[in-house]
Amino acid sequence: MKKEYKIKSYCHIKNQSVWVNGDLAYTLEAEDFSGFAKSTYKSLGLKYPKFFKMDNLSKLAFLASEFIFKEEVLDELENNIALVFSNNASSLDTDRKHQDSIQNTEEYFPSPAVFVYTLPNICMGEISIKHKLYSENSFFIFARFNAEHLQLYANGLLQNGKAEKVLSGWINFDDNNYEAFLYLVEEEGEIKHNTEEIIRLYHIL
Amino acid sequence: MSELKEELKAKIIEQLNLEDVAVEEIADDDTLFGDGLGLDSIDALELIVMLDKDYGIRLSDPKEGRKIFESVQVMADYIEKHRTK
Repeated sequence: MKKEYKIKSYCHIKNQSVWVNGDLAYTLEAEDFSGFAKSTYKSLGLKYPKFFKMDNLSKLAFLASEFIFKEEVLDELENNIALVFSNNASSLDTDRKHQDSIQNTEEYFPSPAVFVYTLPNICMGEISIKHKLYSENSFFIFARFNAEHLQLYANGLLQNGKAEKVLSGWINFDDNNYEAFLYLVEEEGEIKHNTEEIIRLYHIL
Repeated sequence: MSELKEELKAKIIEQLNLEDVAVEEIADDDTLFGDGLGLDSIDALELIVMLDKDYGIRLSDPKEGRKIFESVQVMADYIEKHRTK
């Protein structure tokens, strides 16, 4: 008999605010993403200088995952938590910055530190490094939020023993417009892990 | 030379996004990689680009950077000798 999985917790980040399980966890008015991200990072009391080297998409994913993982007791050596993310802008925000740096052949100085973020799945690497996740990860590019696909994929990983938990959702950043919605799927929790509930949580704000 | 060292410290902090580091916290002889400022391989590439862009020094072999980027003092000495702008 197939196990049923639950959504244990979820986090939204948009409009300069962070909500955890539907409750406002942090907000900062009149700031662009850069200022908001820095302030949110400081509010978490983290000592992780690598954060400041990340691109915007990675900062967004990192912050959303931190708000979820800070409630979890994670193993110091290894955590079998798969990451299944999605968006519709891929890494366009950073791709444009890289494009700008190679546009002028007279002033051709592409930044290696920008270039390494010209793939959307790099943000999952940042989370994996921080939390020692040697687990499955996949990043899907969809036209819009695709709850059905995410639900099927996460369930497949859990049922086939590829992961003990799955952190899944939507991480999108383009032209200072951003939105994060991540949720943790595992055996414990109050909310059923099905398409209807994922869509309901996604639209809860 | 002293001015160049201060300039290098400010550039390192800004270009490598060392958010919690101040110019006065970097000593001339501090190790930049490993236990010192804790820079990584991408930072090394970024410093190579900085040498080219700001001082007109193009390293033919990226491995040269390992010695040149030992400390701000070593970097400044190298730049003084080889800069073309």
